[in-house]
Amino acid sequence: MKRYLAFLWDCFRLSFVGDWRYHLWMAILTAVALGGVYAYCHQLVHGLVTTGMTDQVSWGLYIANFTYLVGLAAAAAMLVIPVYVYRNLHLHDVVIFGELLAVAVIVMCLLFVTVDLGRPDRFLHLLLRFNFPISMLTWDVIALNGYLLLNLHICGYLIYCAYCGRTPVKSFYIPFVFVAIAWAISIHTVTAFLYVGLGGRPFWNSAIIAPRFLASAFAAGPAFIILTLQIVRHYTRHRVADDALLTLRRIVQVAMIINLFLLACEVFTEFYADTRHLASAHYLYLGLHGRNALVPWIWVAIGMNLVATALLMLPASRSLRTLNTACLLAIVGIWIEKGMGLIIPAFVPTPLGEVVEYLPTMHETLICLGIWAFGLLVYTILVRVSVPVLAGELTHARRWGSPAPGAVPAPRSVPSS
Amino acid sequence: MADASRQPVAPGTPPNPPDMSRRGFLAKGGVAVAGLSALAAAFSPLRHLAPEDLPSLEDFLQKHYKEMTPADKDRALARIRGQVRRRHRVEVRVTDPPPLDGVEFVYGLNISRCIGCRRCVHACVQENNLSRSPEIQYIRVLEMEKGSIDVESSDHHYASAQVPRPDKWYMPVQCHQCANPPCVKVCPVEATWQEPDGLVVIDYDWCIGCRYCEAACPYWARRFNFAEPQLPEGSINPNVSYLSNRPRPKGVMEKCTFCLHRTRVGRLPACLEVCPTGSRKFGNVLDPNSEVHYILKHKRVYVLKEDVGTLPRFFYYFDERGSRYAEPPGPARPQEAS
Repeated sequence: MKRYLAFLWDCFRLSFVGDWRYHLWMAILTAVALGGVYAYCHQLVHGLVTTGMTDQVSWGLYIANFTYLVGLAAAAAMLVIPVYVYRNLHLHDVVIFGELLAVAVIVMCLLFVTVDLGRPDRFLHLLLRFNFPISMLTWDVIALNGYLLLNLHICGYLIYCAYCGRTPVKSFYIPFVFVAIAWAISIHTVTAFLYVGLGGRPFWNSAIIAPRFLASAFAAGPAFIILTLQIVRHYTRHRVADDALLTLRRIVQVAMIINLFLLACEVFTEFYADTRHLASAHYLYLGLHGRNALVPWIWVAIGMNLVATALLMLPASRSLRTLNTACLLAIVGIWIEKGMGLIIPAFVPTPLGEVVEYLPTMHETLICLGIWAFGLLVYTILVRVSVPVLAGELTHARRWGSPAPGAVPAPRSVPSS
Repeated sequence: MADASRQPVAPGTPPNPPDMSRRGFLAKGGVAVAGLSALAAAFSPLRHLAPEDLPSLEDFLQKHYKEMTPADKDRALARIRGQVRRRHRVEVRVTDPPPLDGVEFVYGLNISRCIGCRRCVHACVQENNLSRSPEIQYIRVLEMEKGSIDVESSDHHYASAQVPRPDKWYMPVQCHQCANPPCVKVCPVEATWQEPDGLVVIDYDWCIGCRYCEAACPYWARRFNFAEPQLPEGSINPNVSYLSNRPRPKGVMEKCTFCLHRTRVGRLPACLEVCPTGSRKFGNVLDPNSEVHYILKHKRVYVLKEDVGTLPRFFYYFDERGSRYAEPPGPARPQEAS
């Protein structure tokens, strides 16, 4: 127990240690996150009227970001499957970054759902009368929190073992790894079912939503990991093999192609059949009754996804700079498509045929930025702490091991970036 | 696990003396002060929180409606009376009329007769203490194109003063009190449910405001309190009930309940009473002598969005004779309406 507390204390100390770039990055993130807190306090006082949401478009940027981030959390599964199922050992050293990402991203998901609630003070009602298994939202509560716990356990155990300098006991984490793989797929499926199950919203009421979720998640997640690994290997002494990045590139490649294929299937079904169900898709891609706020967004997103896919297919993306560009395009493209492009059109037109557009307000945007900043802050700390620990540079034996009276704790002795 | 007697040490490096210099102290203090003031600034909007906005311990401990004992219910009704008195300076009578045995309410709307005057909309606002700002209305009247029953070609914002227009017909939509309600299914906390008499109700003190039910409703019948509802002084209907028209707090859902505080004690819904054309019919479908029973049995009935399978208790019907459309179309009659 004492050793575990020492571990937490060392991690805490370590998260404050770094060069000026690290401090600047953390200061900026903290400032943006506090901006979000400020806007959220406003929302608490005045109600959700501070957002651009209305009775017509009753979910907006919060739920859009939530949906996208649930996808990003899949990154972990896409790293874990090659390593533990197919024994692709290139990725072994980087799996932990995927799981840490899952932790940070699920925290963001939970925050996005919380800020969307009209009465966060009644949060306890969820425990007192949990409408399980009827409401899909309760499934999502279980799926997301379970995934958070699984990943916290796996990462926490591996890092703590490294800190103690002992070999992890397989039976303590391998079963959880396999459960987490199935769980990662379930968080997407359940989140998709949240929308798919609504018969009154034809734009969502389609079986292709869940597969599209998975495809886009398996593209955006590993793309995000590629960028993270590039940063890790540039700024720390942690070694990341090129082969690991190229394996991830192949995953993103395949996922992007499947994603585009499913998109084409959906667009064809809607537009060729040309039934009354087309209205929402028409609004998204071409505008409806002269309202077209989302049209430029979705075409930019489709353009980004096409360019990203093309880049990934070319041999040029073996060069890491091109790969970075492709990943960035895929991340942003999918963010627009899976976020705004999936949530907002389902509300336009309303079930009674009214066309009301949605425009996020400043407060709403600040809250979203704040949550993103907080998520990045959490992820930065997790990566910052785990790199030296996993490299064996910070262990319990080194820090507290040999008795030498009069010494003071000196985390600075840990070689930092 | 670790030996407590051991002292922490960083082997191989000389221990860093703590930075006790004046400069280091000032720098650290500066950072701490800046951080704390930024934190305080971030939380500063909370100072506008009115004390009555904060949930009291009573609010916090109140049980779900279905779990309340009669004594709990009395306490809740008394608390609501006190809250309305404090907030609106009005004495209200808060009741909780139970569903009646052998009763299932249904509502029929004659689209051959409705002239789209929106009197029902305004009567509902008044009866149910709906927020005037931001404006909330349970009933939405659609002005439909003749020759089409497609809601997408309807006009929601036509001018009431010019109705009825000869080339249009009118379709008021409100909660359909579905027998297979999608809104009830999705609620994560069971804050909304179907009563034995068929009414779908909301416990405003239990709703967490996730708006999933609003997304699920195919009739766009649910409304959310995006801000604290504003009721003008002196306009409050003092006859209120727990599950229907008591003033709502911000951040929760609300909807039409067929005026259950009236209908469960033998009165008719406010929207029906005010209708100048007699287009609205309400009653107990289980009673074979009721008007609604007769209409369902003998008239041509249309169910809006029957394909979504919600089995509504609200339906539309047509007259074979006596329709306003039987008259030869002429210029719009000068009918003054609100």
